Amino acid sequence: MIPLISLKEMKRSLLIALWFAFLTFPIMVIRVNPIERTVSWRWTNLLYVALGSFVISLLVKAWAIGKERRAGAAAARQQTPGSAAISIIQAILNRPAYWYPLAVLVSGLALAFPHLFSTYQTNIMITALMYVVLGLGLNIVVGVAGLLDLGYVAFYAVGAYSYALLNLHFGLGFWAALPIGGLLAALFGVVLGFPVLRLRGDYLAIVTLGFGEIIRLILENWSDFSKGPSGISNIPRPGFFGVEMALDQAMIYMYYLMIGLLVVTIFVVNRLQDSRLGRAWLALREDEIACQAMGIDKTRTKLIAFALGAFWAGLIGVIFGAKTTFVNPASFTFMESAIILSIVVLGGMGSIIGVVFGALILILLPEYLRALSEYRMLAFGAILIGMMIFKPEGLIAGVRRVYRFQGRGR
Amino acid sequence: MKPILNVSDLSMDFGGIKALDRLDLDVCAQEIVALIGPNGAGKTTFFNCLTGIYLPNSGDIQLTCPQTGKKTRLNGLKPNKITEKGMARTFQNIRLFPQMSVLENVMIGRHCRTHSLVLGAILRNRRTRVEEQETVDKSYAILEKVGLAAQVDEFAGNLSYGAQRRLEIGRALATEPFLLLLDEPAAGMNPQETTELVALIRRIRDENQAILLIEHDMKLVMTLSDRIIVMDYGQKIAQGTPAEIRGNPAVIKAYLGEEVG
Repeated sequence: MIPLISLKEMKRSLLIALWFAFLTFPIMVIRVNPIERTVSWRWTNLLYVALGSFVISLLVKAWAIGKERRAGAAAARQQTPGSAAISIIQAILNRPAYWYPLAVLVSGLALAFPHLFSTYQTNIMITALMYVVLGLGLNIVVGVAGLLDLGYVAFYAVGAYSYALLNLHFGLGFWAALPIGGLLAALFGVVLGFPVLRLRGDYLAIVTLGFGEIIRLILENWSDFSKGPSGISNIPRPGFFGVEMALDQAMIYMYYLMIGLLVVTIFVVNRLQDSRLGRAWLALREDEIACQAMGIDKTRTKLIAFALGAFWAGLIGVIFGAKTTFVNPASFTFMESAIILSIVVLGGMGSIIGVVFGALILILLPEYLRALSEYRMLAFGAILIGMMIFKPEGLIAGVRRVYRFQGRGR
Repeated sequence: MKPILNVSDLSMDFGGIKALDRLDLDVCAQEIVALIGPNGAGKTTFFNCLTGIYLPNSGDIQLTCPQTGKKTRLNGLKPNKITEKGMARTFQNIRLFPQMSVLENVMIGRHCRTHSLVLGAILRNRRTRVEEQETVDKSYAILEKVGLAAQVDEFAGNLSYGAQRRLEIGRALATEPFLLLLDEPAAGMNPQETTELVALIRRIRDENQAILLIEHDMKLVMTLSDRIIVMDYGQKIAQGTPAEIRGNPAVIKAYLGEEVG
């Protein structure tokens, strides 16, 4: 790798390193101690920053050169959706002989999980599974239909609060509230969708971001309705034909519930993507005008995507309320939307298996790396930037289906 | 022959510029009509008004279905409704879905003739499965017709330029139109591809579809069209058979300018 880098690249990297050192100077070098009224100058840090950024920029450059060479070699081979050069995971997925045993192993592990690990681990796993489903819901909107929604958490909040409030005022149980929460969220999706879906790209993102904040602010300030920032507590856990359960049993029950919901979600989302509607969403993501000229009702198709995405957020909202037995507006900040969006982007837009991996990585890693929790956001940002540069299609890109024709034996 | 498209008195301005100035035009069933004129004459604007992308300032566009005789006024309808009524188009700057396969591009064209929605997609009941298979088969048949059957699974974006143009025609055909609007279908094609295109357009016409096309390739226009309409500065300046247009002084003036002295 090293001989590939010319003197010019070295100079460039040096400049980058100097610039970086300059930029980080105020935070890395100067430390003001307001109590003792002293300023300490940590010059060694400057050296580390400069050296580090120099080496990293060289490595990135070398990587880019290597990639160009490989791309040159790959350009000769033609790419097709059916038989393209694809990742290992996709190669496994394409061969039933490989993935059947793998699927059995994964489902066996998933079913045995709460009996193998502690309640604490199960609890974390429930959270991760919730984010998987949220990611799959948002994937319909962002990944498949290409509508950048930064206020997804609003629908999540609608679901959680509809269970909390319906239970508080009318004593509704979990199973009755689950579909109601989902449908209410879908309704909110449609109501929001009508005015904003004529917007595109960045504008849509800003409006949905605003919508997410509006919902949170209403919940925070309209105390008569939502009890304000203090939230609503004593929300019952999901019932099982009136059987009393201890906390750890309730958690195990909740875990299987989530596994069930996840399986249903994957099944439904997979079928949706592979349908007339799914194709229309994909086409809408690529070219709106051509879509309309081909007879696709833009507004209706987008609204359906929005409502379906919101529906899943609503379901998970109800489950969230039941799991924590307490909801307050602080759980529905923009940060949540950002995490769910990162799951979709990291996993791969429009790819179900990608989103599953993305959610597990983004939710489980921080849990198990609690020791490094101070650097969590830093790592988060670095991962996202890295992904955008090196693998913009996500961990596992979506695979296109190959169709079969009647009587042609294809 | 009975007209299937009547345009009368159609005007459209962008600020002070009159892109279309009281345009009248008819297209009959099974007719190939060419719309020609210098750059900026308003031909593409006219197409955009017809297909609902622009809303004309005044005038009337009426589509008559040749089978049922049902008349529809197109002004103010959304583009997708107009396509449903039986008029489909291609674009001057190719607008395929490059990240979708060739077959899927044509399948999108079938969208407005099929009906399954969320529940159908999830349950995948008999009706949906039959409809899906029909969509695939009909799309494949169309691809055979436009000569792209060998590249069904290719990404549309990877096709050659001429093949992309043919795919756009195929996608428009999938909407089952009785009037097909082609915006510069031969642009960027080599002579071989152009010959194939002429044959394709004739075949489409023989299958009971009328064609209105914008084209700059005069050889193609003269050999293919039954009738030619010439536009300049948003107005219709001449109309007639290829032979009539060739000798028309107003047309020569529009293209070459006036003789000095």
